[in-house]
Amino acid sequence: MDKLETVQKEQTCFHCGDEVKHQTYEVDNHRFCCLGCKSVYLLLNEHQLSRYYQYNAHPGSSVKEEANRYFYLEEENISKSLLDFQDERMSIVTLYIPGIHCSSCIWLLESLHKLHAGVASSRTDFLRKEVRVTFYHQQLSLKQLVELLASIGYPPVISLQDTTQDKVEEQKNHLVRKIAVAGFCFGNSMMISFPEYFGIGAFEKDYAQLFGWINLTFALPVMFYSGSDYFVSSLKSLKQRRLNLDVPLALGILILFVRSAWEILNGTGAGFSDTLCGLIFFLLVGRWVQQKTYHHLSFERDYRSYFPVAVTKIHEGQEKTVALANIQVGDRILIRNNEIVPADAILLKGQACIDFSFVTGESVPVEKVLGEIIYAGGRQTEQIIELEVVKPVSQSYLTSLWNAPEQAERKVFFQSFSNKISRYFTPILLSIALASAFFWGSAGDAQRAWSAFTAVLIIGCPCALALSSPFTLSAVLSVFDRNGLFMKDTLAIEKMAEINTLVFDKTGTISTLSDDRFHFEGKLTAMEASMVFSVCRNSNHPQSRKIAKAFGETCRILPMSSYVETPGSGIQATIAGKDILIGSRSFAATDKDLFKVAGTYVRIDGETKGVFCVEQKWRSGLASVISNLSHGYRLHLLSGDGEKDAKALSLLFPHKEYLNFNQLPADKLSYVEKLQHNCQKVAMIGDGLNDAGALKSADLGIAVSDDVNNFSPACDAIMSGASFEKLPRFFGFAKRAMRIIYSSFVISLLYNLLGMYFATQGSLSPLIAAILMPLSTITIISFTSLATRLYAYKYHL
Amino acid sequence: MSAIFFLIGCSVLIALLFLGAFIWANKSGQHDDTYTPAIRVLFEDDFPSEEKELDRQVNLGEENK
Repeated sequence: MDKLETVQKEQTCFHCGDEVKHQTYEVDNHRFCCLGCKSVYLLLNEHQLSRYYQYNAHPGSSVKEEANRYFYLEEENISKSLLDFQDERMSIVTLYIPGIHCSSCIWLLESLHKLHAGVASSRTDFLRKEVRVTFYHQQLSLKQLVELLASIGYPPVISLQDTTQDKVEEQKNHLVRKIAVAGFCFGNSMMISFPEYFGIGAFEKDYAQLFGWINLTFALPVMFYSGSDYFVSSLKSLKQRRLNLDVPLALGILILFVRSAWEILNGTGAGFSDTLCGLIFFLLVGRWVQQKTYHHLSFERDYRSYFPVAVTKIHEGQEKTVALANIQVGDRILIRNNEIVPADAILLKGQACIDFSFVTGESVPVEKVLGEIIYAGGRQTEQIIELEVVKPVSQSYLTSLWNAPEQAERKVFFQSFSNKISRYFTPILLSIALASAFFWGSAGDAQRAWSAFTAVLIIGCPCALALSSPFTLSAVLSVFDRNGLFMKDTLAIEKMAEINTLVFDKTGTISTLSDDRFHFEGKLTAMEASMVFSVCRNSNHPQSRKIAKAFGETCRILPMSSYVETPGSGIQATIAGKDILIGSRSFAATDKDLFKVAGTYVRIDGETKGVFCVEQKWRSGLASVISNLSHGYRLHLLSGDGEKDAKALSLLFPHKEYLNFNQLPADKLSYVEKLQHNCQKVAMIGDGLNDAGALKSADLGIAVSDDVNNFSPACDAIMSGASFEKLPRFFGFAKRAMRIIYSSFVISLLYNLLGMYFATQGSLSPLIAAILMPLSTITIISFTSLATRLYAYKYHL
Repeated sequence: MSAIFFLIGCSVLIALLFLGAFIWANKSGQHDDTYTPAIRVLFEDDFPSEEKELDRQVNLGEENK
């Protein structure tokens, strides 16, 4: 057992836990998978921060991607717009770091002051994945701070949205404070009311008056502070000539207060103050439960968060960093390897091979010739290029795509179940109240008519109904959350339950470009393979590392006589007198070669030997997901790619005619809208910018992402790629959840009917109200949470 | 029986104190992040003590002058 463990220890990287294939990186008896991990370890050791490794095993994240360039932070306007606060000495900045995942991360990020004297203090918010750093800007610039964070494996994500959007403070409703006040009054008013429930002796009648007054005092803050939201909301909905659920609630609260005040002031009764306080307390708790949000996930992204913050502009022969907002038509800009073209522009200089996969869904990079227009959103995969901007950033092809569904806001306003019910609920409730008042009134008993009228409105107050949706849906929300599906809000679950048509995107959604799986098109002899391996193992480029990893077991290491690596192009080396070129197509391939695919080309001795292609892989469980969903849902497929996978897919999907290829982003949008016109409830499941329009206009947009913290377009839900096989269960569970809500609605109606029996006779005593109201509330809360958990267990979620 | 006025007064006053304390805690941001402090408290205590931090800031201030 011990032996096994040591063997395992040796095979994984001490820093990030990845598999270690080579034994080149080793310090202090610890092995590392790459130079990046090793250097982080050395840096932390140097500053006595090695405790980082004690809290968790392998806490680091391997620095797989090339370090992002933060050159734009030198520009003062940009860095200033990111700061929260600045005086002569100190600056405070809040940075979003998606890499935060364990307690070691918190510890390290709060020990930044040991790493650099320029950091005064730092605070981590784990749930928001944010770090708030106070630093002395004379010793440490913002750029240096960000680079320091990146160097220890926590690169902050800075997007254009951060700099252009005024940091709107979240609208704070002080809901927690309102709950506290309501809870305080509820408890105290309950205590004061007990004597009344147990019966006050005749000689203690004086106290009844006193208790009444105290109760009324407790009701005041609850009514006017805690309950104010319900009045505001119901007034708003009345103005729009709609009846939402807050209308009967506000009516009930108002009547409760008026009747209690009237009884207490007249000395005719004890009033319902405790019921009033309890009602508002439970309602607010329900509201609070419903408000669950994911602070670290953003569902409202627009094009600005995808674009770079700044670009390099060439002005009078000099390179200058300019904020994207200041880029104008006619400006010359430089785009380096792996940077995104921010505006529609003409290629002036250099070799452009643009990867539009995120914009169009087409996985093969496109080569562009001088003078051709390059649309915004593409990623340059080769060396530096020079471009002239022809359209402002805000009017580029990509941005217009993103904004299109906004202009045609055809999305129907979605009515939640409780709002649908309340349209009928309020009129029925009012007519019962009026009928009973009329009945007793015509019998000549005005006193009884008044008490029956108010009692009906009080007892009919749909408290339990108002609680059933929040408690059920928030329980569903947390079940989904555990399983890697993050919903924007509880309304999204109700939408999910009504879906009858699913539209899938292909690349990135039902298939992944798996990083580790290569295939080599062409042929290599054993000797040639060893050559390729020997060259690649010297490079730190991710692609080279993958190739070296794949070849590592079978190949020998050959001595090299020369080695030159050109960033963005490839490697040129000489082994045994033979020239070896490994790299991009324009670098390593000859013009007349046969391989017409994107990938890493290999040329040995002037002859193109072949190309390493990344294999497209279907997501695991795709076949069962499709066959499960085909019962009950119409399944469509929209792909930006060509028809090369049509055959494989037509075997999976039940309806061949629903498979569509070569779809432009605009086609996808109109396809979804066409389905909606045929009265279908459409869920779009996609990933890239090419689906942005469709995701937005669909009834439910689910963005699939292998790393949920990564960029994803605006949507209703974000699903982790690993959870793809759970998709049918997610939809089934959402439907179940709605059934739970319907049943709890029936239960709450039964309670209402029971109360009505007393209410219509005008004999509702404060004691009955005080028992019925909390009892129904507790029944509903326990029923919904138990039922939801039971179904979650049944669905294996 | 007039003790009851005193008792009710006392109990409500004490309850009000607690309500005030809760609202103060809420205002000062103690409920903004309810997760991280729970982890932070488990770390070994090797943060620079407040005095040291003050010293450092004073030193820095002098250097800047």
